[in-house]
Amino acid sequence: MLARCADPALLEGLPWLMCYLTSGKHMMFYASFGTVLLLLAITAPLALAFGFGGALASRSRIAPLRWFGWLYTSMVRGVPDILFFLFVPIAVDQGLEWLRHKALCDSDAPIRQGNDFVVCAAAKLPLSTDPQWVHEVYGFALAVMAFAVVFGAFAANVLAGAMRAVPRAQLETAEAYGLTQRQVSRRILIPQMWTYAIPGLSNLWMILIKATPLLFLLGVEDIVYWARELGGAKTSAFTYPHPDWRLYYFFAILVFYLLMTWGSERIIGRLTRRLSAGQATLAGEALRKGAA
Amino acid sequence: MTCAETFSNYALRSIGMGERLLPRSDFDLCQQVVLIGSGLIWNLYFAVLALFVGFFIATGLAVARAGRNTLLRKLADGFIFVFRGSPLFIQFFLAYEALVMLPRAGIEIFGFTVATSWLTKAWAGALIVLILNTSAYSAQIFHGALMSVPKGDIEAADAYGLAGWSRFRRITWPTMLRLAWPAYTNEAIFLFHATTLVYFSGFPAFQQRGDALYYANYFADRTFNPFVAYPVAAGYFIVATLLLIWLFGSVNKRLNRHLPGQGGRVRYRPQLVR
Repeated sequence: MLARCADPALLEGLPWLMCYLTSGKHMMFYASFGTVLLLLAITAPLALAFGFGGALASRSRIAPLRWFGWLYTSMVRGVPDILFFLFVPIAVDQGLEWLRHKALCDSDAPIRQGNDFVVCAAAKLPLSTDPQWVHEVYGFALAVMAFAVVFGAFAANVLAGAMRAVPRAQLETAEAYGLTQRQVSRRILIPQMWTYAIPGLSNLWMILIKATPLLFLLGVEDIVYWARELGGAKTSAFTYPHPDWRLYYFFAILVFYLLMTWGSERIIGRLTRRLSAGQATLAGEALRKGAA
Repeated sequence: MTCAETFSNYALRSIGMGERLLPRSDFDLCQQVVLIGSGLIWNLYFAVLALFVGFFIATGLAVARAGRNTLLRKLADGFIFVFRGSPLFIQFFLAYEALVMLPRAGIEIFGFTVATSWLTKAWAGALIVLILNTSAYSAQIFHGALMSVPKGDIEAADAYGLAGWSRFRRITWPTMLRLAWPAYTNEAIFLFHATTLVYFSGFPAFQQRGDALYYANYFADRTFNPFVAYPVAAGYFIVATLLLIWLFGSVNKRLNRHLPGQGGRVRYRPQLVR
């Protein structure tokens, strides 16, 4: 990177460390923290949307839709989330390739031949001619999909609970005013449920933060990948030889996560305070008394 | 190979008994069901031991946190903050790297050589991490419950002349458990599900002895078909989770047996306490 880092073998002590920490590989390590934040930024709203759909579906008057909503919200109760992280990306990938195979290939050969999954070259996702970044984006998109499905199911649980918590009398009043079911949902149910949903959703956010290192399992080059890559012992064949430093790298990641959760907790605390102001709840009452 | 043969060869494969070689080709459903079920032994081993040991540590931490000793309180606070604030996955990696750094020949203490190599094995190293992790989460739950023990209960205990240890054992602790139990049930289920992470983090599966998800992943990779092995593993976990809910529900009934009209079902709200 820098000019004085041209020959690290001549450096020692602090200058060596500075050069080491600004090497190209390390820049990719720092950038992978951005990957984690990007995942959080994309997954959170997507999971909320999935959860919203799931919660509404589980209250639907159409029976098959209700069953689907029930299945979706209850699947995360008995099955470990890690299983979904392993299952969803490969299932989605194969599903998409199967659809493209049906549409784009004109061979009648079966897709599953023994232990192989065979589609024609045109149906491959991404195409083998695509540049490297397309493969990476596709892998990341599959990871986002897995996170959105799992956390959508959690969010659906929270939101369904919040919808049940809205006092029945409020909905009945709206019905008595002649609002249709749809209007009741849109104007009363959904605006009113947020107060009840906030504690569950903020909890979910903390769980989501702590689930992000699982990106490593999905084959994305995230912070865990780089920590293992950079921390492993390097012989003198490398520009910066050093013994096994993985412990320090993982310690740095631990500190990163502690900061993330600590900061989130503080922000959520403030948010809860603001939202409970003026509410007819114990927290709101405590705020009122404190101010007086 | 018939299904009965598969069963006798592979039912205890995950703890190193029976056939050494895993199936390599011609996978059938029976092999997948048997091997994944065999792996479940490890999930149960981790969950039962971690919950058992963690329960006592958590009680101690909760009491320390509620106590008057500033040093103990700060220590408990710090412990809970670190283990609740960071991902379990990273804790596994960090613990493994730390344990690998221990001298391979063992540590000399008072002339005795204490072997250390067993600590890097999953059965010990991962178990320690799981114990510490569940201790921190349970301590948070127990502390919350301890804070909401009704004042009247304590005053009644005082009036009966109960104090110190006997008051804690007979009044405070049972009430704390009763209040904490629904949340603690959720924690137990979450921990049970978290045991699937062990063999995907730093800890290697010695001689391919892994847990249920390790074998499910093995089959899904070899057959390139996720639609058989993963649902089989999911089925095992659903059954085990229902058993766990039933077990904790009956403890809940016992804890609440003196209360009229109480002690109904524990409503399981997954992970929302974490």
